[in-house]
Amino acid sequence: MKQKLVIIGNGMAPGRMLEHLFERAPETYDVTIFNAEPRVNYNRLMLSPVLSGEKSYQDIVTHDDDWYAANGVTLHKSARIETIDRTAKTVISATGISADYDKLVIATGSNPFIIPIPGHDLEGVLVYRDLDDVERMLAAADAGGRAVVIGGGLLGLEAAAGLKAQGMEVTVLHLMSTLMERQLDPAAGYLLEKAFEERGIDVVTQANSSEILGRDGQVSRVRLEDGTEIDAAIVVMAIGIRPSAKLAEDSGLEVGRGVVVGDDMRTSDPDIFALGECVEHRGQCYGLVAPLYEMASVLADQLIGGESLYRGSVTATKLKVTGIDLYSAGDFAEGEDREEIVLRDAAAGIYKRLVLRDNRIIGAVLYGETGDGPWFFDLLKKQLDIAEMRETLVFGQAYQGGPPLDPMAAVAALPDDAEICGCNGVCKSKIVKSITDLGLSALDEVRAHTKASASCGTCSGLVEQLLGLTLGDSYTPAAVQPLCACTDLGHDEVRRLIKAKALKSIPAVMQELEWKSSCGCAKCRPALNYYLVSDWPDEYADDYQSRFINERVHANIQKDGTYSVVPRMWGGMTSSRELRAIADVVDKFAIPAVKVTGGQRIDMLGIEKEDLPAVWADLGKAGFVSGHAYAKGVRTVKTCVGTDWCRFGTQDSTGLGIRIEKFVWGSWTPAKLKMAVSGCPRNCSEATCKDIGVICVDSGFEIHFAGAAGLDIKGTEVLGLIKTEDEVLEHIVALVQMYREQGHYLERIYKWAARIGVEEIRQQILEDTDRREAYFDRFVFSQKFAQVDPWSERVSGLDKHEFKPMATLSLEAAE
Amino acid sequence: MNAAFDGWVKVGKLGDVPRRGARCIKSGDVTIAIFRTADDRVFALEDRCPHKNGPLSQGIVHDGCVTCPLHNWVISLESGEAQGADSGRSATFKVKRTGDDILLDLRDVHRAGRR
Repeated sequence: MKQKLVIIGNGMAPGRMLEHLFERAPETYDVTIFNAEPRVNYNRLMLSPVLSGEKSYQDIVTHDDDWYAANGVTLHKSARIETIDRTAKTVISATGISADYDKLVIATGSNPFIIPIPGHDLEGVLVYRDLDDVERMLAAADAGGRAVVIGGGLLGLEAAAGLKAQGMEVTVLHLMSTLMERQLDPAAGYLLEKAFEERGIDVVTQANSSEILGRDGQVSRVRLEDGTEIDAAIVVMAIGIRPSAKLAEDSGLEVGRGVVVGDDMRTSDPDIFALGECVEHRGQCYGLVAPLYEMASVLADQLIGGESLYRGSVTATKLKVTGIDLYSAGDFAEGEDREEIVLRDAAAGIYKRLVLRDNRIIGAVLYGETGDGPWFFDLLKKQLDIAEMRETLVFGQAYQGGPPLDPMAAVAALPDDAEICGCNGVCKSKIVKSITDLGLSALDEVRAHTKASASCGTCSGLVEQLLGLTLGDSYTPAAVQPLCACTDLGHDEVRRLIKAKALKSIPAVMQELEWKSSCGCAKCRPALNYYLVSDWPDEYADDYQSRFINERVHANIQKDGTYSVVPRMWGGMTSSRELRAIADVVDKFAIPAVKVTGGQRIDMLGIEKEDLPAVWADLGKAGFVSGHAYAKGVRTVKTCVGTDWCRFGTQDSTGLGIRIEKFVWGSWTPAKLKMAVSGCPRNCSEATCKDIGVICVDSGFEIHFAGAAGLDIKGTEVLGLIKTEDEVLEHIVALVQMYREQGHYLERIYKWAARIGVEEIRQQILEDTDRREAYFDRFVFSQKFAQVDPWSERVSGLDKHEFKPMATLSLEAAE
Repeated sequence: MNAAFDGWVKVGKLGDVPRRGARCIKSGDVTIAIFRTADDRVFALEDRCPHKNGPLSQGIVHDGCVTCPLHNWVISLESGEAQGADSGRSATFKVKRTGDDILLDLRDVHRAGRR
């Protein structure tokens, strides 16, 4: 019969403990978990990227519901344990659920510390601890204004950077004279302060908050001891954490600052264990992940009768703010018996300091360049004598003996027991062995099997190098296809980061996302230009030099360097007046070819570039606008004659087509977008192979999308049956906007739909009314800036230089 | 013509050419594209891709290269050589900047015209 194991708390430490337990002895226990939070186990270290918008909640889930089911774990969500009855060996939750245990694990974690100054209970005073807090902050960021973060430690700074990325004004108040004084010496603290100020975050040190002022119960300002007042829409308290030990204390267990445990992770009751941030071990409490994971491993072993012991941890810290590299480990206070080695490069923003005692590293602070952090940390933990390499030590591992090594060689030179992943305590040999024994070939697989780089992710690069080293040429690193050779990021990541980091120009994207070329290439520049036009319609200034020539001159370049011009004919309808105007233009400019296109319009081919503005001027006088036949944008809406003429027509397909075209023309899309409306299922306008199509039926309108009739041939998918023309317009516009926001540049709608899933699109556009309306509104907003006839703009003189030679030389003059 | 004529002729001002763009100079049958890079260097190439004679002046200018608008060949502005797997070369011309003026060496152009 299995024993009953009950766990109170569902954070990262018990999650890891269970993984070890199930790996070593899956049949020993029936496991029941009580979680005060209403969700599964997620990676708390990654809350900062969620706050800054760089990741979503789904990205940081460690164990999903399936995992609990597969391992036979009963998980009670939103169930806080109120009582431990040690005599009856039972726990009871606030919601009235009880469970018996043979062994109990307390993993209640920690609580954020709130300074009890007046006003600390006002609405809008937040802490930064779990996903609920992040969601509250994101909601506040939507409303805008200033956030005041109290506390300039690791959490406070990550919160500040995240809120800034979400568009808030941010002030950090820190009681001490330099930031992160527990991990950093003053010099590094100063560099950090400067880096934050360069990002537009105000930092006030030696700031003693005395009161939080409110209006109608809502935070409005923070007052400092010296009388300064700072406006605040929200206040985030990130001063520190204290172990959450009240439950243990109420149950009569020995509690100091935290729940006291021995090296075997037992509390004062032999059937009750504790681990994680709620624990006090040898007088120490821990708030970083590496020691918690070490405890988890020991506890799992103890639970199955093993003899592992936990003897405390030395910890290292990394700040997870994109673009700021900071690493600190060990002890770096000054002292008589200590020496230090310091390297400064102010221009490059690099600062490194090693603290030595008896030729052994006892502390390390790295700022600006942290690649050697794990190596220094390794020397520190092993207390190796560094006398022989002392002179070059601070330059890092690559400089020890011989010329500098390339990064691959540096990884190759690491000893087998060198720690690669600090969070999870995974050493080099374990990763290499897993790669060879299990035949792993991708970063994700190494993560799944060894946990290396699965927590904070900063060692991903090292793990990839190990993959490369072990597999040689057979290793193909980027699972995500990079956008082009100028970056390692894929289209999705670039689009997400443009939004998350509010990047609003091509240089800003290239700078912030660390482009590898100075000015991009012909692949990435048009893509970035589109993403920026699409995401910031009112703020971004279109970069013409990053558009293909066709979009720059609003005509299609032909093989001989001449151009073709296609005016818009709404829904394919025209008139004698329009045809006469076209005939006149053809005669006047001696246009050599005139052709009817597949999109029901007229194409004039073979026009010299210099003539384009005059051609447009004449066409414009007759009422024509550009047909955008050259654009990655809305092209045509093809129609049949519908109820106006056709004896089979069920609806006014011509009118609807014209209405749609007049609404969406001028819009830029990831790739060209062609539509059609057919008046009956005989489908004369061929709507079922278009990007978006409508088939009119007696009972309404069937909306189709994701067809193809080019390189690929594919019938459309049906979005759904819609009753009225107004609703058809709303659905189609919302669909176009969803595609505009998510599509990769040059990705036709059918490829996008295959990637996202037709069902997902149907859900968002057809079923989720709020979402559909939001898409619709964003499209309408964007059209305010996009629906401008480029021809008339050009005729009126914009960029006229484009069409004329700069000079004509007479060769004879030189002779 | 002045005996001191050294062949250099002013063909326009730097501001006439957009950054990461090009303008053309017509000289008889030859069209010369004057390119200006993001960092304000200027280059002159015959406006003809070695592949299928595409007008290079209409391409996207990036780093030291231009991508032909017809079939995406990438041509070095400095040497006129096609980059990557493609091979071929567009004619280059001597061009220089004096202050704000762009000057082209006419003797060079003349030779091209007589080819």
